[in-house]
Amino acid sequence: MESSLATPQAQSPSGPVAPTPTLRGPVKGAVEGSATWRLSDRIGLAICWALGLLFCAIAAGIVAYLFIQGIKFLKPSMLVTPATSGFTQSQSGGFSDAFAGTLIVGAMGISIALPVGVGIAVWLVEYGRPAALARITESTIEAIAGIPSIVLALFGTVIFSSTALAFLSRTSEGVVFGRSFFAASAMLSLVALPLIVASTREGLNAIPQHVREASYAVGKTKIATTRRILLPTARPQVATGAVLGLGRIIGDTAIVLVLLGATQNLEPTGGPFPIDYLRGAGTTLTNFVYEASPTGNLNQPQKAYAAAFVLLLMVLGLNAAADVIHRRARKAGTWSH
Amino acid sequence: MESLTPPPIRRLPLEDPGAARQVATPPHASGNANGPVAAPGGFTAARRSIGAPQFSIRRMEIDDVWVSYADREAVKSVSLPVRQGEVLALIGPSGCGKTTLLRSLNRLTELTRTATMRGRILLDDVDIRQFEPTALRRRVTMVFQQPNPFPMSVFDNIAYVLREQGSRRQRKKALEPKVHSALERAGLFEEVKDNLDHPALRLSGGQQQRLCIARALAAEPEVLLLDEPCSALDPQSTQVIEDLIVKLRDDVAVVIVTHNLQQAYRVADHVAFMYLGELVEYNSATSLFGSPREPRTQEYVSGAFG
Repeated sequence: MESSLATPQAQSPSGPVAPTPTLRGPVKGAVEGSATWRLSDRIGLAICWALGLLFCAIAAGIVAYLFIQGIKFLKPSMLVTPATSGFTQSQSGGFSDAFAGTLIVGAMGISIALPVGVGIAVWLVEYGRPAALARITESTIEAIAGIPSIVLALFGTVIFSSTALAFLSRTSEGVVFGRSFFAASAMLSLVALPLIVASTREGLNAIPQHVREASYAVGKTKIATTRRILLPTARPQVATGAVLGLGRIIGDTAIVLVLLGATQNLEPTGGPFPIDYLRGAGTTLTNFVYEASPTGNLNQPQKAYAAAFVLLLMVLGLNAAADVIHRRARKAGTWSH
Repeated sequence: MESLTPPPIRRLPLEDPGAARQVATPPHASGNANGPVAAPGGFTAARRSIGAPQFSIRRMEIDDVWVSYADREAVKSVSLPVRQGEVLALIGPSGCGKTTLLRSLNRLTELTRTATMRGRILLDDVDIRQFEPTALRRRVTMVFQQPNPFPMSVFDNIAYVLREQGSRRQRKKALEPKVHSALERAGLFEEVKDNLDHPALRLSGGQQQRLCIARALAAEPEVLLLDEPCSALDPQSTQVIEDLIVKLRDDVAVVIVTHNLQQAYRVADHVAFMYLGELVEYNSATSLFGSPREPRTQEYVSGAFG
């Protein structure tokens, strides 16, 4: 290698001289040019580039289009006026109930999914005995992640229409309605659960074993270690999982459609203040977008755009939050393995 | 002996003796007391930083201990005393069971599901199996190969050890004197006293390792186990930690596992050489390196294998 590339200087009688860097291949920047590649490789690279750019263009197109439409049609008043029945778009009010519904469903869903998901992940990573049960749990979580949400919704109606769970929704003439914020949030939490479990497991697995042992080696129990060392260390990943899960909950339509009742307003039924709303039917932004789109019952596309814009802002905000959490975690430093 | 390949130790460019180390060698003259140390391993070059022990009290007794993982014997019938006032070094090639033996001293081996132990280990004449593992591990604490401070502030790293299990009780103020004294004992206080609330993982590697030692000392243990504490550190940090180990031996019984023979020679009073799970030779550092009894030891300390 060296002899074939050697410069005249290197062969000079003055002894071995280091060959000039340019002849030893790419040194500066160390970026390998594709000019020397085989044609098929170069075509492959070009396809990858094209697909990547196409993907970016599609995403940018969606976001840009929704931003334009959203800014055009969204009025702040829409966020505070409930939907009313009316024939024209100016008569039919806003979508405050849908907005509130999204917030309620998101808060309830994540507050069910987060503790359960973190608990499952901790058990899987730190305990995981008997091994067979751990394996079953793992594949169950994967199965839930793979189930279409409309199937979960259907299953939810079966559960929440049972008389035993009548207190979670409206009952009329002995028939349990089975549709309420409780029902929808419970099933929506299953949508977020796999993400939270996966993300928390990833965070816990990233902690080297010797860090756990360091805690045991000063007389700490496994529980204390988990609470005070492992979970705080994995907090960024837990938060990321929660944020992504929240995004999925907010974005889900099928469960809301089936389990929250076909309505455009919050419909409280009996009970003290927050319970009456949570037992009642309602709607969310995704559902509103569906109903307001030309295929839906309301057919008011301008408001569909406005609601979709709000939804997009929420999801983008959540993704940005996940990004910030990750970046901050990277700054905090870590161990060598 | 002459036919052996020259040991790697000889090739190290050691500066002129006497000048380099601030730690004075002549006064305690431990190297000379046990006869000339013209060892096959060339250990005359490495200076002992440790004097003759002022006293020695037997704290732990390893009595015919066997440890096995599944069906593989990692430690076979080892008996050793561990004394306060002295540093005990465990040396031997990789996989010889020295770390396993060290971990069995505070029952960390029990965390490995397949590990089983036979024989007795006594701490102050009580079998360690009679203690709660957590109670035992507060009396026999351990420092690991990789510096592993917890991802919290320097202060909280120590405070975590001082508090009850998972609790957050005991205010910062109440814990301050104990935290400071632990850091002082580990020789870290002066460097971090203004930055006690800085994240511990931002310290340098050597500082992190001394924080880990401070953490291990905060539990006020009788025995301190060190598992190759310097293998991830640069020479300067290594020297700081070695000096610290020598200082600590009067307060706690120190057991150190090391791959570095010179380190064992520098800091240890007694050295146990293990090979394939067996204790081949246990002797004072000067004798073991200067005039090993067993041929295996002789070969190992002269660099013939390992």
